[in-house]
Amino acid sequence: MAPKAQKKPQGKQMAKSSAPHKPKNSAINASRLMKYSRARIFQRKAAYKVKKVKTPAKKSAEKAAAAAAFVVKKIGGDKNGGERKVYKKTPKSLPTQVASRKVQLRPKKTFKKHVRRIRSNLAPGAVLILLAGRHKGKRVVLLKQLESGLLLVTGPRKLNGCPLRRVSQRYVIGTKTRIDISKVALPERLNDAYFRRQRSAKKSAASAGGSADIFAKSDAAYAVSAERREDQAAVDKALMGAIKASGDGPMLRSYLRSLFSIKSGQRPHAMVF
Amino acid sequence: MGKLDKFVEVGRVAFIANGKDSGKVCAIAEIIDQNRVLIDGPCSGVRRQVCDMKRLHLTRFCIDLPHSARTAVVRRKWTAAKLDEKWKETSWAKKLEARRLRTNMSDFDRFKLARAKQIRNSIIALAAGKIRKEAKAKPNALRFRKPNKKRHIKKE
Repeated sequence: MAPKAQKKPQGKQMAKSSAPHKPKNSAINASRLMKYSRARIFQRKAAYKVKKVKTPAKKSAEKAAAAAAFVVKKIGGDKNGGERKVYKKTPKSLPTQVASRKVQLRPKKTFKKHVRRIRSNLAPGAVLILLAGRHKGKRVVLLKQLESGLLLVTGPRKLNGCPLRRVSQRYVIGTKTRIDISKVALPERLNDAYFRRQRSAKKSAASAGGSADIFAKSDAAYAVSAERREDQAAVDKALMGAIKASGDGPMLRSYLRSLFSIKSGQRPHAMVF
Repeated sequence: MGKLDKFVEVGRVAFIANGKDSGKVCAIAEIIDQNRVLIDGPCSGVRRQVCDMKRLHLTRFCIDLPHSARTAVVRRKWTAAKLDEKWKETSWAKKLEARRLRTNMSDFDRFKLARAKQIRNSIIALAAGKIRKEAKAKPNALRFRKPNKKRHIKKE
């Protein structure tokens, strides 16, 4: 196909350039392919008319020299070029060959960038059955999913002793029972950093220094921080209100207090939770 | 063996026991051969189709259908005979419904059921305890008598 010559009068082009117009290229059918190739778009946009503006050299020669990684030094002797570039700070590697660049089509995703999924039946306000850990068998309320993907749950502590806690989706059965927690305001500070396990400073110093007594008792007994008490009380109060407000209030309370177990004749794969 | 009163006939209402559409009732529109019939259940969501007799369990209901009646006729006769209500009132349908509810109970429902049973049993136990206590108060001779047994009363 012969390329179309875009003949726009100069005046109009100047006026139009400020306002954004519809994109000239678009993807075909939600794929990665574009309707027009790069060459065609060059023609369509009349990019050959656009003058390349040369940006003036901002840095002066001295600044450039200061910013450079090496210093040019004069050397004696004849027939050896007379000067050498000396590195100010020796780089970590001085390769003898140009490293071949492997094209990273799909670069490695760091843990932070991993996609966090959540099971469809786990929504805030759902009652969960914990299957493992200290609180196994307890029925708890799901508050939200944290950024790491772990679920934030609470007993409420008053009912079954389970505090504000992180829990993995994998060790949980999501039941159909839901509590409306839209009116429960969770404190802003409840995130992964808040629940992160604290390593005692002594231990880390010892590992770094190497001179500390390795037989010394490392961690003191875990003590609940005032922050935790405060947040637990606030969340539980709101949650107890929500439980009371829901249809099956008293039954829900005793339900959350009870423990889950498989009875004789019950088949978990055939049960609806 | 029960009474041989349920016949495979045109108009017989049958329950589909397995396969597609299992759990639904339909009417027999035509008999094809020894093993197969043409069924139709427009009011219960069963498409007009050939069905093996092995899949069908006959009910005690029968509607007055001309053989090879088309779907519209079946629907008309079915609604006139009020089969939907009649079927729901049978203990068969009630048992099916109870089974369905039982399998679809959520964890919370199961808890509520267990709690309700507990409460009922405690009421029964209390009442039974009272009766036992009263019975203990009676002399032994009268205690072990069956209350409703017809006794020969001595004429004075």
